[in-house]
Amino acid sequence: MTVQDHRIYLDYNATAPVYAEVVDAVATALRERGNASSVHADGRSVRAAIEDARDSVGELVGVPSSAITFSSGGTEANATVIRGLLGSGAVSKVYCSTIEHPSVLEHVDPQRRSSVNGDGQIDLNKLDDALKKQHEPFLFCIMLANNETGVIQPVGEVSALVHERGGLVLCDSVQGPGKLSLGTDSLGADFLTFSSHKIGGPQGVGCFAINTDVALEPMLIGGGQEKKRRSGTENAPGIAGFGAAARVTGGRSDGEQIEQIRDQLEDALLEARPDAFVFGQNVPRILNTTNIAIPGVSSERQLIKLDLAGFSVSAGSACSSGKVSASHVLLAMGVSEDMAKSSIRISIGAETAWSDLEKFVEIWATL
Amino acid sequence: MTSELKPNRGSKPRIAVAMSGGVDSSVCAALLVEQGYDVIGLTMQLYDHGAATSKSKTCCAGQDIHDAKRVADKVGIPHYVLDYEKRFEKDVIIPFAESYQRGETPIPCILCNQTVKFRDLIDAARDIGAEALATGHYIRRVEDNETVSLHRAIDQSKDQSYFLFATTPEQLAFVRFPLGDISKSETRALAEKFDLDIADKADSQDICFVPTGSYTGIVDKFRSGDPSKGRFVHVDGHDMGEHNGIEHYTVGQRRGLGLGGEAEPLYVVEIRPRNHQVVVGPRADLAKHEIDVRDVNWLGALGGVPEAETRIQARVRNTHEPVPALVSRGSRQDQAKVSFDEPLYGVSPGQACVFYDGDQVLGGGWIMPGGTNMTVPHNKRNEGAAVLSA
Repeated sequence: MTVQDHRIYLDYNATAPVYAEVVDAVATALRERGNASSVHADGRSVRAAIEDARDSVGELVGVPSSAITFSSGGTEANATVIRGLLGSGAVSKVYCSTIEHPSVLEHVDPQRRSSVNGDGQIDLNKLDDALKKQHEPFLFCIMLANNETGVIQPVGEVSALVHERGGLVLCDSVQGPGKLSLGTDSLGADFLTFSSHKIGGPQGVGCFAINTDVALEPMLIGGGQEKKRRSGTENAPGIAGFGAAARVTGGRSDGEQIEQIRDQLEDALLEARPDAFVFGQNVPRILNTTNIAIPGVSSERQLIKLDLAGFSVSAGSACSSGKVSASHVLLAMGVSEDMAKSSIRISIGAETAWSDLEKFVEIWATL
Repeated sequence: MTSELKPNRGSKPRIAVAMSGGVDSSVCAALLVEQGYDVIGLTMQLYDHGAATSKSKTCCAGQDIHDAKRVADKVGIPHYVLDYEKRFEKDVIIPFAESYQRGETPIPCILCNQTVKFRDLIDAARDIGAEALATGHYIRRVEDNETVSLHRAIDQSKDQSYFLFATTPEQLAFVRFPLGDISKSETRALAEKFDLDIADKADSQDICFVPTGSYTGIVDKFRSGDPSKGRFVHVDGHDMGEHNGIEHYTVGQRRGLGLGGEAEPLYVVEIRPRNHQVVVGPRADLAKHEIDVRDVNWLGALGGVPEAETRIQARVRNTHEPVPALVSRGSRQDQAKVSFDEPLYGVSPGQACVFYDGDQVLGGGWIMPGGTNMTVPHNKRNEGAAVLSA
């Protein structure tokens, strides 16, 4: 049984719905019978599908396909880079911004997290001050765009500062593809990480791109797949699906249209409830994301009532239990706990129609 | 199920179910789905499970929440986890710790029913448009014309009426107890019938937020003031050495006192929080004829506890059977005086005294320190009412 028939899905930043082309690509790959490491024709056929996908992903994110290593997703990609650099001795300390995804944040000592301003952007002056005291080889992790607020980070400037101090940069770019122009050239980062299911591909696959010759100690060893950077038989159907999603995403040109209805949505929400507050509205955000609070109405209550009314949205970072906690991102921006616990995230995508959002506004206004 | 809610094909009344992840509430949810209600599962996150079990890398949610989710999925209902950690600490855990510091033996499950469960969870249920909140408690709610009353469960061995005495008439109007009319073995059979994975799950035993069984750690954590070490004092006045802190003892306790060498076994007969004394004495000194109870909830006839002494049965521990007694209004409106026909042994301040008329629950209150020790004739010693253990 599928639940999607009568529902309106507004949670693209959690997972974007899979494209039909992706379903086909995954199904085709599942029908193959070889192992990509095998010498025979069956194996070669699977290998070809993986390498085609690598080309497609490389093209989408603006890096040579040879720089890409597939992983089980963004979390593993982040961990492989961070632990790999610590493991190889290339860096001895890891720093990050306070608004990173938990898959980065939890690798980093709270003392080494760099604060953001009230708009949710990393504070470059404070970062500069902190880096001045840095004498050991280090890694700085900065996300391209925040998954909860959509706020875009000045990755190019951060990279310049970090490089000036002799550090390396990991840019968690999971929320970037299809929403922002990418590529190591413009970002200046040494490592980029991506996730397939944020761009309409299958869950359980992602990658990292390396733009430096610094050594990474692999986390998974034995088998030597992915140029020894990530052993284990490749998730060939997942990778094929990721490649298909990259091709569809690269061919889309509806960004402006999505941004327009997002802005229209925010106008309608704020008109319906002038007491509501949209976070990050003063600074550049990715085109599909709105994080809005209704003071005095808990996120928990909003999520439950919206869910029962047929809308899928999210709030903060839900624990695997389903308990809704205050967003660490909003708290890092200096938002009060009460306010942070009254916010929800709406993230839209290609299939979101304005009529869906009109229905949403109607229900949301009554919460 | 006793209810004015009538499920029908046109519009199904919405009913929220408090799902703990255990067999009882799971079956409760499945039954209501079968009866055609629009059921929504709610689970309360009450404390950080990882912290409670001192496993820092463990998820904040215990296995129970995951079990509740699996059951909700199986029976096809929406399920939500409500974060009540802060309220639970404020309304249950801290009062639990404070009660021990007052020399009492608290029952946090009743406080939880009184506060988070039947106040906050009812609010949440109303908020999502539910017309009632069902729980898996073994207790019966009987609706008769305009009145709603509370009665002991059909399965007397599982009866939870002791823990629900504080249910107010307003709360009683909104809650439902679908399992009050069936036995635990029937519940397990239903769990099998509904093919629920938790059909064989053991009943919960401990206080949920002290899964390790060591409640004194909680008392220490929330202690206001000095540690409560002090002296054992015999009822005849002589000092019997140092004890570990009053929270380690409960009135009626015999084992674990470490006081040997007396002719008769010694029991804790009183705890004096002011000077940290634990008074011990022979069993006869435990006898209580009359006690005062506070924060009384009255579910009998209108007008509260009768001023004149009224015949009831009273129960001072969940493990005791109700005994014949008289109740009358106390010196304050929210207090009552209870006199037992036969003296009771091991009546602990902080426990509940629940009033019954046969199977009907008339309410109850919290046992206050003090009370009257009736002098028991020597030839009557070791007879009489409830014998305590612990």
